[in-house]
Amino acid sequence: MNSPSADSGMRDQKRLATVRKQRIQDFLFHKLTLSFSLIVLVALIGILVSLAMVSWPAFKKFGIEFLWRVEWDIINEEFGAAIAIFGTLASATIAILIAVPLSFGIALFLTETCPLWLRRPLGTAIELLAAVPSIIYGMFGLFVFAPLFAEYGQPALQSTLGQMPIIAPLFGGAMNGIGILAAGLILAFMILPFIAAVMRDVFEIVPPILRESAYGVGCTTWEVVRHIVLPYTQQGVIGGIMLGLGRALGETMAVTFVIGNSQRLSASLFSPGSSIASTLANEFGEAADFHLATLFALGLLLFVITFVVLAFAKLLIIRTERAKGLKT
Amino acid sequence: MKSLIRNFAVAAASALAMVSAAQAADITGAGATFPYPIYAKWAEAYKKATGVGLNYQSIGSSGGIRQIRAKTVTFGGTDAPVSGADLDKDGMVQFPTVLGGVVPVINLEGFKPGELKVTGEVLAEMFMGSISKWNDPKIAALNPGKKLPDQSITVVHRSDGSGTTFIFTDYLTEVSPAWKDKVGKGAAVKWPAATSVGGKGNEGVAANVSRVKGAIGYVEYAYAKRNKIPHLQLRNRDGKYVDPDEKTFAAAAAGADWFSVPGMGLSLVNQKGADAWPISGATFALMYKDPANKAASNEVLKFFDWAFKNGKQMALELDYVPLPDALTKAITEKVWTQIAR
Repeated sequence: MNSPSADSGMRDQKRLATVRKQRIQDFLFHKLTLSFSLIVLVALIGILVSLAMVSWPAFKKFGIEFLWRVEWDIINEEFGAAIAIFGTLASATIAILIAVPLSFGIALFLTETCPLWLRRPLGTAIELLAAVPSIIYGMFGLFVFAPLFAEYGQPALQSTLGQMPIIAPLFGGAMNGIGILAAGLILAFMILPFIAAVMRDVFEIVPPILRESAYGVGCTTWEVVRHIVLPYTQQGVIGGIMLGLGRALGETMAVTFVIGNSQRLSASLFSPGSSIASTLANEFGEAADFHLATLFALGLLLFVITFVVLAFAKLLIIRTERAKGLKT
Repeated sequence: MKSLIRNFAVAAASALAMVSAAQAADITGAGATFPYPIYAKWAEAYKKATGVGLNYQSIGSSGGIRQIRAKTVTFGGTDAPVSGADLDKDGMVQFPTVLGGVVPVINLEGFKPGELKVTGEVLAEMFMGSISKWNDPKIAALNPGKKLPDQSITVVHRSDGSGTTFIFTDYLTEVSPAWKDKVGKGAAVKWPAATSVGGKGNEGVAANVSRVKGAIGYVEYAYAKRNKIPHLQLRNRDGKYVDPDEKTFAAAAAGADWFSVPGMGLSLVNQKGADAWPISGATFALMYKDPANKAASNEVLKFFDWAFKNGKQMALELDYVPLPDALTKAITEKVWTQIAR
């Protein structure tokens, strides 16, 4: 009688040892992965702190006014971020206004109405477009797009939208083919594949049973999309748009080529301007001392703008989730 | 196992040693983009002749000054000369290495290179925006018999900070009091004309000028020549209209008294001489008088000595102007002797 219980006791002890070993392994694994994730946090805070430190002289001299001063005079050391912030936000807004409806249509077509044989090649083409380096977009923009835009696009816009009340000044001025509007258009093409690819992927995860039931009760394609697909994928769609917006805000090379790089604020979208990223790309090489501090300050502002945009998107998602939770 | 690790460590260490040995043999420099093509060409030929390579990073003049101050490179390159006081403070010497010129270029239908003449004052007014049409009476008065179109002038400038901009604005500051008051000179300035557009690099300016009708910009001479962009004829200090080429650049440097300015930081714009091109300039090298690494510093001097003696033809091929013999002799005797060997 004794031996079996002793046996089982020994077995229990062995089992206990194994469990303990596994627990230590789990513990170590947890700490290891935790430390990996902390690297990201440390890097983020490190970047933020070092940016703030280097840009301190700029904020000390101009204070919070730096944000809305319309001035960029390197020789007299008079700086303000308003021109660059305006250029960044204006070009990114134009890009989003154009890219979102377009990519929505593309994703819709690909998931709902596209014939099967065309789905793959079209999908691959969009992914390829996303893989084109931004400098290529910039060169295309300056050497191919801008001349055509100056010759045909801008005169057409000026003779139509430029004749309307209120918005007419937006389409006035000299037609060089480059400027804030041109930068926005090029950006739209750059972010379009990102948004379209994300939208297509999330549209595809809508359970077929929901979709088919809706079609079953006689919904049109638009009704299915409006009432089934979109509510189901809201989060993913917003995420995709924010991904695109993030890229549009920070895009450097392509924008530098076509935005016109002029430190001036103008009512016309045709006129050359500059974005935060393009100013950094242009002036970093030759900047020294105080000028360098203001460039770092611009970098910090871009960081903050991107952060605010992302936070806003997260907030939007959380709120819609909560609203949905209340409804059911 | 242990011996494997040891072997590996030994192999890695010797590989590292080899890499650092190779680096030690190479000359390191950084700075102005303007002389990069000729430094690269000289370096290639020098490597063939001596086996010593040159690693020159064309990061811009301010970048070059920053790098030499941080002592990450053995020599720094700059287009805007460092002042004598700053050189003394840092314990550095400065000498010119090669000459070149900046050329105003235009896009005006029916005008071939050099067909349109302007003075420095008029050029400054065009870049200020106070002359905004090509048929302005001030331009017409300098070009009797020419039919100038009623077209607006679009100013194209460098959007990136650049020694080319420094030389160009140095000239405008020299010839126009209004420009001096309102804008000034620098690697990047606040362009006053309402219709000004920035292009990145010489190629960006060239692309915009040849694209926008009625545009005026400025590029390095080699760029205008190779891309066949029409240039303007400029009236120089002696009142003669000149075209830009190696001869007129050399003429601008001919009368220069280099040692009249501390650190040889002489501006070559608006120099006297019947054939002098008014927007000429030199690019400079910066070195420490008492270098931390004397062997590396000696290699730099050997390189420039070789380039001054053997690199003239190469410079001309790339549309630069080599320094005259008298000047290189003076540099070797008066400047290089200050550097501890």
